Formats: sequence, structure tokens, C-alpha cells
Amino acid sequence: MAAILPAAAAPVHVTYWEKWVGFEGQAIQTVIDRFNQSQDRIVVDYYATSSVDRKTLVATAGGDPPDIAGLHEQNIATFADAEALEPLDRFIRAEGMTNEQWLSRYYPVYAGICSHGGHVYAGISTPAVMALYWNKTLFREAGLDPERPPRTLAEFNDYAHRLTRRDPATGRLTQVGFLPQDPGWWPWIFCRWFGGELYAGGRVTLATDPRNVAAFAWIQSFTQFYGLDNVKRLASEFGPWASPSAPFFTGKIAMVFQGVFYDNYIHQYKPGLDYGVGPWPEAVPGVTDFAMAEADVLTIPKGARHAREAWEFIKYVNSTNPNARTREELGGAELLDYLQVKISPLRVWSPYFTDHNPHPHIAMMRRLASSPHATSVPDMGIWQQYYREVISAFDRVRLLDATPAEALGYSQARVDESWERYRRSLERHGQWAALGETAPQ
Amino acid sequence: MTRNEKKQLRSGLAFTGLWVVGLGAFTAYPVVASLYYSFCDYSILKSPVWCGIENYQQLVHDDLFWKSLRNTLFYAGLSVPLGTAVALGLAMLLNCEVKGRSFFRLLFFMPSIVPVVASAMLWLWIFNGEYGLMNGFLNPILGLFGLRGPAWLADPSWSKPALVIMSLWGTGNAMIIYLAGLQNVPRELYEAAEIDGASAWQRFRHVTLPTIAPVVAFNAIMALIGAMQLFAQAYIMSEAANGNGNASDGNPERSTLFYSIYLFSTAFQDIRMGYASAMAYILFLITAALTWAAARLSRGRSDDAF
Repeated sequence: MAAILPAAAAPVHVTYWEKWVGFEGQAIQTVIDRFNQSQDRIVVDYYATSSVDRKTLVATAGGDPPDIAGLHEQNIATFADAEALEPLDRFIRAEGMTNEQWLSRYYPVYAGICSHGGHVYAGISTPAVMALYWNKTLFREAGLDPERPPRTLAEFNDYAHRLTRRDPATGRLTQVGFLPQDPGWWPWIFCRWFGGELYAGGRVTLATDPRNVAAFAWIQSFTQFYGLDNVKRLASEFGPWASPSAPFFTGKIAMVFQGVFYDNYIHQYKPGLDYGVGPWPEAVPGVTDFAMAEADVLTIPKGARHAREAWEFIKYVNSTNPNARTREELGGAELLDYLQVKISPLRVWSPYFTDHNPHPHIAMMRRLASSPHATSVPDMGIWQQYYREVISAFDRVRLLDATPAEALGYSQARVDESWERYRRSLERHGQWAALGETAPQ
Repeated sequence: MTRNEKKQLRSGLAFTGLWVVGLGAFTAYPVVASLYYSFCDYSILKSPVWCGIENYQQLVHDDLFWKSLRNTLFYAGLSVPLGTAVALGLAMLLNCEVKGRSFFRLLFFMPSIVPVVASAMLWLWIFNGEYGLMNGFLNPILGLFGLRGPAWLADPSWSKPALVIMSLWGTGNAMIIYLAGLQNVPRELYEAAEIDGASAWQRFRHVTLPTIAPVVAFNAIMALIGAMQLFAQAYIMSEAANGNGNASDGNPERSTLFYSIYLFSTAFQDIRMGYASAMAYILFLITAALTWAAARLSRGRSDDAF
């Protein structure tokens, strides 16, 4: 009897390269196991891969890419323009949805991250949103209400000064309220926080938007207030951000802007720290709940052998079960975010994910992620160059080697040049017109 | 060709053929291809588009190209002579008949086999401005003059000198080669010089140095080539000491933006392989020119000495 039955087709093995190890790696492996068990056609094989963006690029060029690559959001525009990524549009259409319908399931800031040039190139794997973290113990010691974070920029500056301590004998800093260079990963966000634009009207506006200059003047004001030598000496005492000697954990910095993931590190390296999490203070009158968002993303490299099966997994990780009332019932997105103790990028949250979320500040994080004032990196193929120029200007300004206008002016000139060269390159390859109305002019 | 010669040719090809194919596929082809790409607008995934000398023209006007080149030459200019002097000095000390000589040879050689990442992490702590060993040693001395040690890797003025100091950590390889050279200096030359009344310095200047001049030249040229390609230490340490995420930009203030780091970020972050290829060829030409100059200089010096 068995001989006359058709043999079951062997499952397709989908290769998935991702940057995560440790508990984040275990979390995605759990989701993969759940996906593999949910059907019998596809088996996702997980490979923890360092420098995943570079390796994906080279493997794609060599014609042997993984089926799924876990990239960073800032890779999307660059990789898409380099024709390294498969647009997901046709898969979305096959689901009976338009791109707009698919993206409308996400909070707007994450929908923006997934798309470039009118196409959808990615699904979200892990979303992040940044908030203000403050040390309640240090607030108490400074005579501040530990339950009331600063609500405006003026208050933030005042708090930062009041939270600063110096050694009476030497004048050396022993504690600061805030230091823009910690962690120093996103200096561009201060421009956006001040209402500035990095790119507008078809032009790079780093130095021409006065709000950006004001933001960098604000950054410089901290070095001027603390003293350059004092800052250097205090910063020398800082350990790595993910270590017990990180300045926020040792009480050397009272307020930092950090991501949803920071709570995991606090519990790991400074359990028992009395801290609060709140929105960014209002820097522009009327702009409340400003937030910065970023995400790790799932993409299908060009030339992937099992693109359709890869899409099935991406779809699974970007879907939810809105009625989940137990952990077992959580959909792919929520299961991953639950295990990684992060937020979901999707608008609809299940009752279990909402009520039993292990993140202690999940409501605040959700509020910020869903805020209309949440923002992310500009959708530009030259963002990596732009970012390096912002970092360069940031260094020069905070080290008092240039005025904000000088530093930003120099960086703007370099980015302008890069942008012009990039546009010319896209034209050469016949892509500029293809980007259509969505292309920055 | 005789039958025997043909047989030998076949055997020779059989033994070397695989290597020749490997050399052609993995070295010769990329070298030639990258020369072509240096004249193209090329991003690795799209077809290269010929753009003539545009990449080279852009390099001339690229501030970061010049800055990274200056940083690299500064590093090479300090680290090569200093490394040569330290390695030669150590080799001479370890060539003396002292008790425990083998142990000291091992001790001074060991750092050069420590992996780059591990030694970089170690030196990050040594250069820590507040708790580091370096300032722990310097501060009591500098304190007498009302000064204190710099923040090293976090200070744009001191980050390159810090890397130069760190480079001395890896002089073990050169030291071993010098040691071998010193052991080959004929003893009768020293004896003759001593009979003629030469002092220790004169024996070093007129016997040792000329005899080991080819070894010095070899080591200096290898060190120069290595210095021009400095990457890993600077890449790891500048980011670890200054944060800034994944910028790979030689922070602080691009003071440790060396040529190879700029080339790397251009190629793999900006995906501008054509421009990066042009940079690679310029680096090749500069290194070749410096190597040629060093070789000529050393030849002239050794001729003079003799």
C-alpha cells in the first residue's frame, strides 16, 4: 500500500543569517522552531553571522546569498539601490494586499523603515524605540522629584545642571546630569529633536536648517559648562555601555537617552537600580512624545534560491494573533518581541502581549513607538556617509574644536558632494528615473 | 625537448599547477580586475560603468583621502624607526651572554603572537586616561610639573602616538630576525676591531650595523608595508574608546582614520568598490615608492659603511 502512495515532498530548507547570539539568538531560535513546527513544507535553518551586512553583500555579489538576511534598517536604502535586495511587493500582492495595506499594519515609523523608493524591502524583526532613562536615586539626592522627569528642554537643562557634582577640593566632575556623547550613537537625533530636518526639499539641510545648528550649540553647551578637561577625565572612567561599569549604572550620569533594550542590560548589570523611563522632554513647543525608532529587519537578498519560502517566514515574524490569551497563542511578531523583552512594531497587540509583557515600561514604550512624532533615519542611500559626517561634526563640536556652524558647514559640503555623486551614479545605472516620485530630487 | 625533460615538465606542472591556478584565480585576477574597476562606477552588484579617471580625480579633491594618508604617514613615520630601534636594541641585549637568556627571548617574543583583538583590548585599558597603567606610571612624574597624562585614545592629539606606542608591543618578530642577523656577524671582525682599539659604539657603528644592514633594510621595509596597511588595531580601539556605534571613522575627530579604514568603509559601508579600488591602487603606488626609496637608502648606507 505504502509503495503506491506518492512520497511526501522533502521540506525546503531556508537559510537565515542573523546577527544575534545569546538570549536574543535563543529567542529567534524559539520562533523558528515554532514556525518549523507550524507546517511541514519549510524548515528555516538559523546561522548566527557576525558582520552580517558585509557578508550578505559579498555573498549576494557571488551569487550565493542566504534566503533571509537579518540586516540593520540603515542598510535598506543602500542595499536596495545597489540592487542587493528583492522587493517584497509581489509576495504582498500574492497575499491579496497592496503595499499600503501591508504597511498600515505597522506603526507609521516602522512602516517607513520597511519601504524605500515606493517598494517594500523588509519586514521588522526587532523594533527599538528610545526614551529618557533617569536615575531616581540621584534625583532624590539632588532634591528633585524622582517620579517627575523633565518635561521641557529648559527643565532638562536645569535638571542636568542640578544633577552635576564636582569634587569640592579639585573641582573635578564626579557626576553629570547628562552627557551628549553617552552613548553617542545617534547624534543626528538631537537635530530632529530640535525640529530640524536632515534632508528636505531635495537638499541636504544639515547646516542650512538653523534648528540643527541650535541642536549642536546645545551639545556644545554641555562641554562648555562642564569644562573640556573635566569631561575627558570623567569619560575616561566610563566602562563599555553594556557592562557593570557603564556610567549610567555607576551613577556617573543621571539621565541618558536609551532604547527599549536598555532594561535588559540594567537587569543584567545593575539589578536593583532605581530608575524611571519617560518621553523625551518637549524641545519644540507642542511636539510631545518625540521619539527615535530603529529596527533590525528581515530581507531577502537578490538571487536567494528560496525567496517564496523566505517570505513565508518573514510574514510569520511580521504577523500576530490578536486574540492570543496565552504565551503559546502568541503570533510570530509578539512571540519574538516577548522573548526579547521588546515592543511589537504592529499596531494591534494581543491581550496576552499587552497584559503580561515582561518589559517593565512597556506602556511608555508603546506610547512612544506609536507617536506621530516618532522618527527614524532618513531614507537615503548615502546615509552611512551622512552618518559619519554627523559623527565627525559631533566630535568637533563637543571637543570645542569648531563652532556648530563651522562643523556642520564642513560636513554639509561633504554630504552635498556625496549626494551629487550618488545621484549621478544612479543616473548612470538607469535607476534615478525608476525611483520615480519617491526619489529625492 | 628530450623525453626526460618532458617528463620533468609534466611532473613540475603537476606539482605547481594547482598553486598556479589558485594564484591566478584568487590573486592575479582580483588584482587585474580591481585595476579595471578603479576606472569604473562600480558597486559590486550592478554592472561596472566605465567612468575614466573620475575616481582618481575625486580622490585628489577628497579631504578624507588626504587626511587618512597624512594619518597613515604620521603613524608609519614614527612607528617604523621607533620599532626598528627597539627591536634592534632588544636583539642586541638578548644576544649578550646573560643568565636566563632563553627565558628573556621568549618573554619579549610572546607579545607578538598575542592575537590583535586581544592585545587591542589589553591596550585599551593601558591607555585609559583615568585608570590606565600608562597614566598610572606617567602621572607621578608629570605631577612634579603640574601636568597629568593625556586621555590617549579619547584625545585627538594623542590617539596616534598611543597607537605608535602600542605598535612596539609587536616587535618580537623583527627582534628574532635581528637576533639571527647578529649571530651571523663574524666574531673575528669584532676581535680585529678590539685589537685596533675600537670602542663599543665604534664596533656597533662600523662592524655590527654594516653587517646586518640587509636585515635592517628587510625589517624596515616589511614594517613600512605593515604600517601603511594599519587597520585592525585602529579599527577596534578607536570605536571601543570613543563609542559612535558602527561608524568606523577613526574617532575622535578622525584622528585615527587611517588609509585602510577609509578604504574599508568606502568599499563595504558606502558600497563604492570602484572608488575603493582606485584608493587601493594609490596605496600600492605610495607603498611601492616608499619601499623603493627605503631600499635605495639602505643600499647607499650599507655601501658607505663598508
